[in-house]
Amino acid sequence: MFVLLAMGGAVGFLSGMFGVGGGFLITPLLIFYNIPPSVAVATGANQVVAASVSGALIHLKRGTLDIKLGTVLLAGGIVGAALGIYIFALLRRLGQLDLIVSLMYVVMLGSVGSIMLVESARAIRRTRAGGAAEVRRPGQHNWVHKLPLKMRFRSSKLFVSVIPVLGLGGVVGFLGSILGVGGSFIMIPAMIYLLKVPTKVVIGTSLFQIVFVSGFTTIVHAATNQTVDIVLAFLLMAGGVIGAQYGARAGQRLRGEQLRALLAFLVLAVAIRLAIDLFARPVSPFSLAPLGGA
Amino acid sequence: MGRIRLMLTVLLALAIAVPVVAYAQEKRETIQIGLSADTVSITSDFSGANLTIFGSIDNVDPVVAREGGYDVIVVLEGPARPVVVRLKERVFGMWINTEAETFVNVPFSYSMASTRQPQDIAEQKVYRQLALGIDNIYMQPLDRTADPATIKEFVTALRDRKKASGLYSERPGSVQFLSQTLFRATVSLAPDVPVGTHRARAFLFKGGAFIAQTSAPLVILKGGFERRLYQVAHDHGFFYGIFCVLLALLTGWVGRFLFRKD
Repeated sequence: MFVLLAMGGAVGFLSGMFGVGGGFLITPLLIFYNIPPSVAVATGANQVVAASVSGALIHLKRGTLDIKLGTVLLAGGIVGAALGIYIFALLRRLGQLDLIVSLMYVVMLGSVGSIMLVESARAIRRTRAGGAAEVRRPGQHNWVHKLPLKMRFRSSKLFVSVIPVLGLGGVVGFLGSILGVGGSFIMIPAMIYLLKVPTKVVIGTSLFQIVFVSGFTTIVHAATNQTVDIVLAFLLMAGGVIGAQYGARAGQRLRGEQLRALLAFLVLAVAIRLAIDLFARPVSPFSLAPLGGA
Repeated sequence: MGRIRLMLTVLLALAIAVPVVAYAQEKRETIQIGLSADTVSITSDFSGANLTIFGSIDNVDPVVAREGGYDVIVVLEGPARPVVVRLKERVFGMWINTEAETFVNVPFSYSMASTRQPQDIAEQKVYRQLALGIDNIYMQPLDRTADPATIKEFVTALRDRKKASGLYSERPGSVQFLSQTLFRATVSLAPDVPVGTHRARAFLFKGGAFIAQTSAPLVILKGGFERRLYQVAHDHGFFYGIFCVLLALLTGWVGRFLFRKD
């Protein structure tokens, strides 16, 4: 019980600091702690709700939250999450859930972590060279900005098509429901590099979207797979909420690019740990599962 | 007078007959077991326990008992459930589930206590006939047309996995005679013992031969709060989910409220 509280606390601290829901750490940690992946994913999603809501509230008060952008992301997120839960149940029946969950974690975390690391290393070098770390080039647009159905998001000083925003929400919602993560590790880089949303607004907005998508995911997992363990979730939440308060303050003292570099290292470490488990010889090649479960 | 004499005769006849009947009964020993409770409640932090089962043998032959001719085996068997056994194989360096076999009616747990090593009590053949012992539990494959060699391999793996997780155990020497007729058996409840109706069975052996058995049900419940929670989570998943989310929102909000300094 103490281990779980501490686990929640540590992850909560990081979640407040980086503006991530912490699910991408909670779920693997629970799996390392021998909790069945199906329960770890659904319970992780529940914990993410609590961890994100306190973070989102802080950002809401500070005015670093774009509700309009968040709502559009959310619309896509709900659709993605619904699809994800259906596939989750299917994989569970086939006995391939553990594998797919681990594989997706390794691929996602590995690639996102590497990209972030490279990018933030470049930014840090630029700062050291004396230039501005956050080079915002309003005139420089990529293919995303050529799409139709444009919408103006004032708080983010942004004028983009809703298609990539909905799509991003959908992809993140899908991953969230299968992996039990808020999905901010995809959301934040995609918002920064693809949509060119200012870093300050990114964190609050992604937390806002995560609260609702994770809430939806939790309810659907509870209704279809019965894999939410509320006692476990509450222990993680209690630790997480306390940690998040301190994390949010610590995060303010760090610079954006340093924050990203740290997060990148963390993401890569989790990916490597999961990859080792995937390739290491299991204790026994045989495993047991109740019928219909993983 | 005649009536009284008749009655006396009947009584006399009974007096002679009763010992004869009693003697005949003495030949057949019977076994009884008693559980201190019909139900056992476990909490979420349950980390395994021993369960003591008391029992007695009736009509004991004192001579046999003195020579240690009686042996008792007590089994606590968990509820039967279907189980999928999966085999991982190396594919592109990764360990991936490839083959699977489903078995119906596999006892979730199986804890066996005996007076001595099972092989010292009776012949293997006897255990096979009684389907007694971890290696003799009959595992019915769902797919009856499957290759027998494969089934055998998966059944062995199933038993090994169950033993490794402590759900299947054999504990020779954990049945002790307290007197010539009274015995005490200690079976183990694994940390993840399933809820449901378990069955305690006792087998009596005399000089290597099986002579009597008995059984009693034992219900294992998740204690109070956990049990209700488990029930609600399964019966009303949707509302349970909403409750989980509300709890999360509340926890997050309360945390924010408690730590507000800015």
